[in-house]
Amino acid sequence: MPRGEGFDLDMMQLVISGLANGSVYGLIALGFVLIYKATEAVNFAQGDFMMLGAFITIWLANPQFLGIDFWIAVPLAISIMAVLGYLLDLFVIRKMFGQPQIAVVILTIALGFIIRFVVGAIWKHEPQLLETPFAGRELRIGELVLGFEEVAVIVVTLLLTLFLFLFFRKAKLGKAMQAASQNQLAAYYVGIPVKRIQSLVWALAGAVAAVAGVLFASKGAVDPSTGLLGIKAFAAAVIGGFGSLPGALIGGLIIGLIEPFAAYALPAGYSQIAPYAVMLLVLIFRPAGIFSQMQKKKV
Amino acid sequence: MSVSPVLQVDNLESYYGPIMAIRGASLEVRKGQIVTILGANGAGKTTLLKTISGVMSAARGSILLNGEAIHNMEADEIVRKKMVHVPEGREIFPLLSVYENVSIGAYTRSDRAQIKADLDMVYSYFPILAERAKQPAGTLSGGQQQMLAIGRGLMAAPNVMLLDEPSLGLSPLLVEEIFTILKRLNTEQNVTMLLVEQNAKVALEVADYGYVLELGGIVMSDDADVLQNSKDIQSFYLGVREETERGTRRWKQKKTWR
Repeated sequence: MPRGEGFDLDMMQLVISGLANGSVYGLIALGFVLIYKATEAVNFAQGDFMMLGAFITIWLANPQFLGIDFWIAVPLAISIMAVLGYLLDLFVIRKMFGQPQIAVVILTIALGFIIRFVVGAIWKHEPQLLETPFAGRELRIGELVLGFEEVAVIVVTLLLTLFLFLFFRKAKLGKAMQAASQNQLAAYYVGIPVKRIQSLVWALAGAVAAVAGVLFASKGAVDPSTGLLGIKAFAAAVIGGFGSLPGALIGGLIIGLIEPFAAYALPAGYSQIAPYAVMLLVLIFRPAGIFSQMQKKKV
Repeated sequence: MSVSPVLQVDNLESYYGPIMAIRGASLEVRKGQIVTILGANGAGKTTLLKTISGVMSAARGSILLNGEAIHNMEADEIVRKKMVHVPEGREIFPLLSVYENVSIGAYTRSDRAQIKADLDMVYSYFPILAERAKQPAGTLSGGQQQMLAIGRGLMAAPNVMLLDEPSLGLSPLLVEEIFTILKRLNTEQNVTMLLVEQNAKVALEVADYGYVLELGGIVMSDDADVLQNSKDIQSFYLGVREETERGTRRWKQKKTWR
């Protein structure tokens, strides 16, 4: 064989780190899809939610700040983000009811800027790393050496997606969320408290963003502009079909995998185009996304 | 009469955007009755039902359900008070399965055993829903979707059902079938019904009492059989043509309530 075993191992490591990055994109994309499904609005601040969740966790857990135990800090940060999501809907988004969708979109873009600057003002603009109990540990499978963080990111993401998938399939609240997104008026008729359900969806999106933030900050440094990778996650959601939770995750994984391989194969500068080129191709050849749930309404 | 009505609407006013769609309508529904509201397109029938069920807010007037004021309540609270609105047309959840659509009708309840029994009851009235239980509701035909909406309404275990044009867009045979089932539900399950219809003929056949709604106000009301025999109702809502002396239809006939 012309190619040595070292080459295969390199490839494996590229795949794993691509999947780990892709998991974070996938989780942000999940946030996009959740809010889009439930309210037909797109939350362009989802990436900044992720960044905010990461900073809240760093603030709680890192020794230079509060230094709370990691396993207490993480659920606490997730809860804080869920409450923030709920309150955001209750006091801001709900007031926009009846306004055109574009108003909500502009609002969330503005919100992203606000989060970025507020976080910068509080915790400074330098990159920071979340200190986790498993930092620097490695997993060895034969000759393959994997960062513990990367494996954890992939596993947690898969579990969370599975949980959300089952939640929407089986749980009463999950079904009510689906129902409210498919036909809001009919949801009122069957006695679903639609407004509260929508606030709960924002809370869920906040919690998912916090998980993404924890995972991201444990495998690499975050700074207030990290939230801009929400744009890549947006591409992931589009590739996945924007209406499908597993689709969002797979879209994220696709983008995560494309990046390292594009960087490997293409000259620097061109490789960053790759995720968006894929999004463009998907939009041209399968406009509803790979896992689209869209269906034409009967007239 | 001594029995107080289950549902009592007094001087209700409601706006559809800037338009005053309901202009001081009053009506009452007694326990066990089927009461129908007749009216042409744009008379305000749907707006009236939406206001009663809390999906739209009342600007003025009162709505009492079993003597309790409900006109400031949210729609989901009113469903918990056992009054459910079965909307017109195809207001279903298209991507959920037929079974999920029916069972989400019981969203406000938690008595599992009774919910299961009610599911069987709904399937016994509408066997087609049991047959199609697993397929997405969006793939049902118009008549089946109407049955689904009624079945879903029943799952809230309502004492009062507000039915908005169950005959809309259905073939005469299907209309007959659905109204037969409605009448059975009324007698067998003791569901009091307020039925809004354009199809005055079928509505008056099943109803005990009827109101005529025009331009957002009640212009006439009487027992259903009296309405059925009223000249005005016959010519304006039942399409009965009166032969005049000259053998032609009087085209400038005035309604007696104008």
